Amino acid sequence: MNPVSDLIKNLADQHGRSRHNLLPILQGVVEQEKYLSEFSMTEIARELDLPAAEVYGTATFYSFLEHKKMGRYIIRICKTITCSMKGKNQVLLAIEDMLKINVGETTPDGTFSLLQTNCLGFCHKAPAMLINNEVFTDLTPEKVRDILSTYMKKKGASYDN
Amino acid sequence: MAEYNMHILVCGGTGCKASESELIKSNFQHRLNEFGLSDEIQVVLTGCFGFCEKGPIVKILPDNTFYTQVTPEDVTEIVNEHIIKGRKVERLLYRDPETHELVGDSKGMDFYKKQIRIALRNCGFINPENIEEYIGRDGYAALGTCLSEKTPDEVIEMIKDSGLRGRGGGGFPTGLKWQLTRKSVSDQKYVVCNADEGDPGAFMDRSILEGDPHSVLEAMAICGYCVGADKGLVYIRAEYPLAIERLKIAINQAREYGLLGDDILGTGFNFDVEIRYGAGAFVCGEETALIHSMEGKRGEPTVKPPFPAEKGYNGKPTNVNNVETFANIPVIINKGPEWFASIGTEKSKGTKVFALAGKINNVGLIEVPMGITLREIIYDIGGGIKDGREFKAVQTGGPSGGCLTKSFLDTPIDYDNLVAAGSMMGSGGMIVLDDTDCMVAIAKFYLEFTLDESCGKCTPCRIGNKRLHEILEKITEGNGKVEDLDRLRLLSNVIKDTSLCGLGQTSPNPVLSTLDHFYDEYLAHVTTASCPAGQCKALMHYSIDPDKCTGCTLCFRNCPVGAISGERRAPHYIDQSLCIKCGVCVAKCKFDAVLIG
Repeated sequence: MNPVSDLIKNLADQHGRSRHNLLPILQGVVEQEKYLSEFSMTEIARELDLPAAEVYGTATFYSFLEHKKMGRYIIRICKTITCSMKGKNQVLLAIEDMLKINVGETTPDGTFSLLQTNCLGFCHKAPAMLINNEVFTDLTPEKVRDILSTYMKKKGASYDN
Repeated sequence: MAEYNMHILVCGGTGCKASESELIKSNFQHRLNEFGLSDEIQVVLTGCFGFCEKGPIVKILPDNTFYTQVTPEDVTEIVNEHIIKGRKVERLLYRDPETHELVGDSKGMDFYKKQIRIALRNCGFINPENIEEYIGRDGYAALGTCLSEKTPDEVIEMIKDSGLRGRGGGGFPTGLKWQLTRKSVSDQKYVVCNADEGDPGAFMDRSILEGDPHSVLEAMAICGYCVGADKGLVYIRAEYPLAIERLKIAINQAREYGLLGDDILGTGFNFDVEIRYGAGAFVCGEETALIHSMEGKRGEPTVKPPFPAEKGYNGKPTNVNNVETFANIPVIINKGPEWFASIGTEKSKGTKVFALAGKINNVGLIEVPMGITLREIIYDIGGGIKDGREFKAVQTGGPSGGCLTKSFLDTPIDYDNLVAAGSMMGSGGMIVLDDTDCMVAIAKFYLEFTLDESCGKCTPCRIGNKRLHEILEKITEGNGKVEDLDRLRLLSNVIKDTSLCGLGQTSPNPVLSTLDHFYDEYLAHVTTASCPAGQCKALMHYSIDPDKCTGCTLCFRNCPVGAISGERRAPHYIDQSLCIKCGVCVAKCKFDAVLIG
């Protein structure tokens, strides 16, 4: 069987198959796969006996449930007011320049995706960003380059810079 | 904390954690081990101290020494000097910004002097990952009192007498809410903790969950006892990984100690808590939307009534309270409602946690009695405006609130005064603005946020805010007309009157409030196409003053679009058709030769 189907079946076994378990299951798939493919969504619909449109409607409502293929590391940089006041744009430019991608894009090797998000609640340590589940604060262009280099080394990904 | 004679408290809030507080803690432990002191001195990773501006913070008890901006390398010196020789490390002590005197004892710091910490009482004092420390500071005593000595109605009376109002923004009386849920008849009821904090500039709920998760769990159990629920749910946003982790640990520990689960404290009362994760939707902070999200649906709000107290999660009566509201409950039970009601103003009792951010010297988290003035918050606690600039306004209540100008500096802050001033309490985020911030741009900023976060269910919010944003966009680009200002006001009022939920009903507030207080600034944008604060890029014009320019070529070399030309040692020139107004030349020029107008 397809590994995603297995994953969905396991998640449904773990959480239950009623409607209010939909979100935990969607989140479980995103945690593993980083996004919800059409296939995943129809599989979830089948498993929970829901119309696929309902699953799609719910999944696409939430900004943390991606439905486009994402990289292994999803960078979410806070674009809200305090972070912008403290130089978020320079940080964003530094990331774009280093990874050679724009906001909303994924690096060709599938390592990083770059997204902007609303307030992360780290306004006292602005600018802030999340990489998957890790928080980085007080960012500067220099600091962000260091952070990304560590991530690149972590997975042995190589970039020409 | 009995057997140790000294405690080293290292801040483990997310802000300080990012600055290596874990390493600081382990360095302390290593050094203490070398001296054989690890049995006498305890090193604790605590929740946030609130003084995030100067983090990482290390506090030493019992003498309250407060070290700021500590690095892992400083640990050896602190141990050798302070712990062994009893001499404070002066270079790491906090220095009063005005008198330049060293402040050894944190109680002497202006930042803490005016604060009363109720909801944040344990943040920065206990290790949030150890239930014993919470119990050591009267934790779960309130739950014990309620279960063994009081009836649910008596507890609800206490909460009502205390005058506690919802801290999430609405300010609905908490005791009344509990009573409504209690009165609903049903076989199953729920207690929900709303930890979907999303207001720009607010981070107190995160700090409470990171620094003192048990206080919330205890209060939820008390609430369950009062309303007749045996199930609690915490709806927390996915953006707070550390808070989620600590909450999980706390729930497990409370279960182990028999403080959650079946037959709590042998009283026959059952209550357990489960965590539900948000998935990045601001509107889910609205209680009906939050409930729909927990039911596995799109997080769209519905019309109230029916209120969740009658028909909430799974159609059952549900009591929804915010994190900070819950954190106040155990103290009200322990110290009595009269004590709580003695703090604050006539209609707003107790304290409020505010998150200070923006152009203020001491950013961080503060808890102050209701009725304190804005001036005290900004100048006494906040240490004034950054870089000695001039205070312009403070935005409270996030995208649903408004701005408070200089004329409100001496207004006592409480729920009602803030509404009267055209803003609102909101969740307590305060973004401080100085004279370089353009108010039109600020209003536009908040609308961008609302546009992103509007769920799209009702037309006024979905389309109305889009149109509002377009008008503001036009104005900040210099294409606005005077009539646009009236149109802004009209449209804002329509959106307010006709939107379905709190998000839409309050979304035009930043526009209306800036229009009221800074009409001149709007007028300057539409009549002379200029931005008085010098922030709207499209209205700015960069040029080089030939008298000041030395021809050093620094701007020429740094201009990203090649808009600057000129010979070495001769005045340079900016080609306006190429200039993208990025401001690099201004930042690079050592002779202040680049003029902005």
